Amino acid sequence: MAEEKAEGGLVFHPLDQFIVKPLFGDGPVQWYTPTNVTLWLAIAILATIALFVIGSRGRGVVPSRVQSVAELFYGFIYKMVEDVCGKEGVRYFPYIMTIFVFIFFSNYLALIPMSYSPTSMIAITAVLGFGVFIAVTVLGFVKNGPSFLGLFWMKDAPAILRPIIAVIEVISYFVRPVSHSIRLAGNIMAGHAVLKVFAGFAALTLVSPVAIFGIVAIYGLEVLVCGIQAYVFTILTCVYLKDALHPHH
Amino acid sequence: MATETTEAAGVCVDAGGSALGMPQLCADWMPNQIFWLVVTLIAIYFVMSRIALPRIAAVLAERSGTITNDIAAAEELKNKAAEAEEAYNKALADARTEAQKIVAEAKAEIQAELDVELKKADAQIAAKTAESEAAIAEIRAGAVQSVTEVAKDTAKELVAALGGNPDGAAVESAVEARMKG
Repeated sequence: MAEEKAEGGLVFHPLDQFIVKPLFGDGPVQWYTPTNVTLWLAIAILATIALFVIGSRGRGVVPSRVQSVAELFYGFIYKMVEDVCGKEGVRYFPYIMTIFVFIFFSNYLALIPMSYSPTSMIAITAVLGFGVFIAVTVLGFVKNGPSFLGLFWMKDAPAILRPIIAVIEVISYFVRPVSHSIRLAGNIMAGHAVLKVFAGFAALTLVSPVAIFGIVAIYGLEVLVCGIQAYVFTILTCVYLKDALHPHH
Repeated sequence: MATETTEAAGVCVDAGGSALGMPQLCADWMPNQIFWLVVTLIAIYFVMSRIALPRIAAVLAERSGTITNDIAAAEELKNKAAEAEEAYNKALADARTEAQKIVAEAKAEIQAELDVELKKADAQIAAKTAESEAAIAEIRAGAVQSVTEVAKDTAKELVAALGGNPDGAAVESAVEARMKG
């Protein structure tokens, strides 16, 4: 501590914001302990309820402002599922909507100063990513039986290349959940860490205007990234679901 | 003591409360996040699938139904308006024809009356003219008579004044002969 003070206030702990702390007391973090992660996940649930349940309570044919935003979300995701997965995909719309709404609110709530960003934690995005992967794979086998494996066997490729392509396809199939989850966590974590680094530089009088401008610029970028990453995660989920529903394309 | 603090804070945090390495990779914290994430996802899923999505779907269906109905009603009203306009135009044309007929009738009637009145007036004018002419003729005849008498008297006086002996009859016949010329 004394050493850090001697350095002149330039203290960088950009990753401290991701520490999981118990909400009450200082005990160890058990699997059931309510932590800061729990708090912000709960706020995401409350935001969801506020927008989709309280916002739509009027059930207005002419919608209120909040209800029209909720309808916007509904229409956006519904159309995405329908366009990507086709008519059969609409059955899975509530699941995809859940994923989108969760990531969307987690991402944007994390932009509130002093908040916690659950989607920057690889454990959380990995559960989402592997959850989608396992669900889609099981669904593919249940719907198509062994012919689901046709996903890896390119019928229109030359016969000699088919086994090689099959190997590559299998590898890329198993890499999907990894890239799917790391993309989201990496984007959110990197953005928040960069914000913290700029904030650390703001302690130096000489560079503080630049640092503050940097914070503003990166924050603006993060606003975009949060929406885009929620969108990307959701549309990739739709694409994987489409592969499970129609493996022969 | 130092080890105790570390123990209390957890494996991934140093004595000063800073992260050791990436908190994301701290295996001690993962079960906690996964547990609460699953709870959150289930909660959001139930909120969405049980309450929010059916409600919004119902609202959207109701709205599209309302819009379809309104468009149909508007179409019907439009047809009705077109019919009404047609009827109006027809009534207008009928009224116009009727009005023209009435105008023609009135004109003919007026013309007939006018003719009768004109004839009557002409007759009256003719009668008056005849009367006047008779009066004028009488006056003229009276005038000629008077002039003849005056001329005769004047001629007699002239003759007397000139020292002659006026022969009444001769003077009179002379004056008459003169006046005829």
